[in-house]
Amino acid sequence: MSVNFLIHRAKEIQAVIDANASEIEKLDQEIGDGDHIFNVQRGIKLVIELEAVIKDLPMSKALNQIAMKVLSGIGGSSGALFGTLFMTMARGNDIDNGVDYKKAIEIFADGVEAVKQRGKADVGEKTMMDVLIPVSNSLKKGVEDNKDVKEILQEAIEVAEKGMFSTKDLLATKGRASFLGERAKGHIDPGARSSQLMIKTVCESVLNS
Amino acid sequence: MKKFMNSADDFLKESLQGFGAAHQDIVNCHYDPNFITRATPTKEGKVALISGGGSGHEPMHGGLVGYGMLDAACPGFVFSSPTPDQMLAAAEKVDSGAGVLFIVKNYSGDVMNFQMAAEMMQGPNESVLTNDDVAVEDSSFTTGRRGVAATVVVEKIVGSLAEHGGSLQECKALGDKVNKNSGSMGVAFSSCTVPAAGKPNFDIGDDEMEFGVGIHGEPGRRRDKMKSAQEITKELLEAINEDLKPEANEEILLFVNGMGGTPLTELYLIYDNAKNILDKKNIKISRSLVGNYCTSLEMQGASITLTKLDEELLKHWDSSVHTAAMRWGV
Repeated sequence: MSVNFLIHRAKEIQAVIDANASEIEKLDQEIGDGDHIFNVQRGIKLVIELEAVIKDLPMSKALNQIAMKVLSGIGGSSGALFGTLFMTMARGNDIDNGVDYKKAIEIFADGVEAVKQRGKADVGEKTMMDVLIPVSNSLKKGVEDNKDVKEILQEAIEVAEKGMFSTKDLLATKGRASFLGERAKGHIDPGARSSQLMIKTVCESVLNS
Repeated sequence: MKKFMNSADDFLKESLQGFGAAHQDIVNCHYDPNFITRATPTKEGKVALISGGGSGHEPMHGGLVGYGMLDAACPGFVFSSPTPDQMLAAAEKVDSGAGVLFIVKNYSGDVMNFQMAAEMMQGPNESVLTNDDVAVEDSSFTTGRRGVAATVVVEKIVGSLAEHGGSLQECKALGDKVNKNSGSMGVAFSSCTVPAAGKPNFDIGDDEMEFGVGIHGEPGRRRDKMKSAQEITKELLEAINEDLKPEANEEILLFVNGMGGTPLTELYLIYDNAKNILDKKNIKISRSLVGNYCTSLEMQGASITLTKLDEELLKHWDSSVHTAAMRWGV
């Protein structure tokens, strides 16, 4: 994983998120406050705009720049959570000397753990953590079991989708949707949907390369 | 969508520019990152009060910056939390060495961003988390009660203490005390439209109301059919009283807050109805506040906040204040 890799994936994610924007916005208007899609779109745009600044930087510095940019540029919960994700990844051990897929999975898992702490949300609370935590666990397990990288990524795509759909019948206990009580049931969490799309995009891109 | 706007991208900037220009005797607006400070520097040794939140709730918080209240406010995008860089820049500008008290409404985004700012900040700081909204169950399994209109009351009372030499710890303790002694409940008749979204945040029928609504139009306890003002007021007060349990002869502040799209005429009508109910219970309305203070863009609706007042709170409520939105005793 190089800085160039990050920028290219961000561009692909932008296309996928834009293509699904109205669906995500509708999900958020059903159980949230309708701003999620704008936050996500703004965040991705800001990361892509960083290209000239970060393309020649070492990984740790590039990730840190991305972290500060999404933190200040998105706002809301999304900014704090994605900022925490990238800030933690930037602190990954020895990442300036190359990041292979095992290292990438390690720092991603550390990042997800930090996001879990920041948002104080676990699996089963109808948030993006219902996608990120199972994906992180599945990736780590794949490495531990010495699976082939293609198999690991294929599983991550499936786990992400399963996690996303699982939010449909959950009661929300975190975030805005928690104020809805029973009324949030029957709706997929917009954050789970957007993060599932991002994971799918990155994994498929690697699989097809 | 019908709004006074030129483009969604410039909406906040132009509004802040206008606010800063209109009240240049009271505030200074700073941009990139956006924050609002008093026009005059913080007095040495005075605890600096900083609040903030998504825009769209004006006059909260920018309109509450000034003598006797906040030292700075950080406006986020409409209905989106401000970010740590804003709070850090504001803190650097207004911290006179006595420390910074962050006043934060209990919404996930606000809490996380203020928390990150507090972690990154070098100097002494504390936070008061407001969660006066009785519509939402408070339990360890939820995000908890939301911080709504009582935040204005917290900022007024703690602002006075800070102005009169209260220490960081004393200000924090008083903020927690006001919050604990306050309860709010709101109701919305119509939705509101975030400029960048271009369409209403939620759908609501002509004959419906959202009971227990939050300050972004997010749902509350239930969707009801419209009722008379008297019935609505009674139900709002019942919900608050159940939680706050004011006793007979206890002194309270009765705060009727408009959400942006309800005329003052109706807010005073609510006040009348609320007064009748509280009078019957022998609850003493010692102080009043009626107006649009904690709004939700153009949403039609109102909330009622009750704050139990003891001598200390009364004294700080009455002390002079000079902000764009609240001004007395000067």
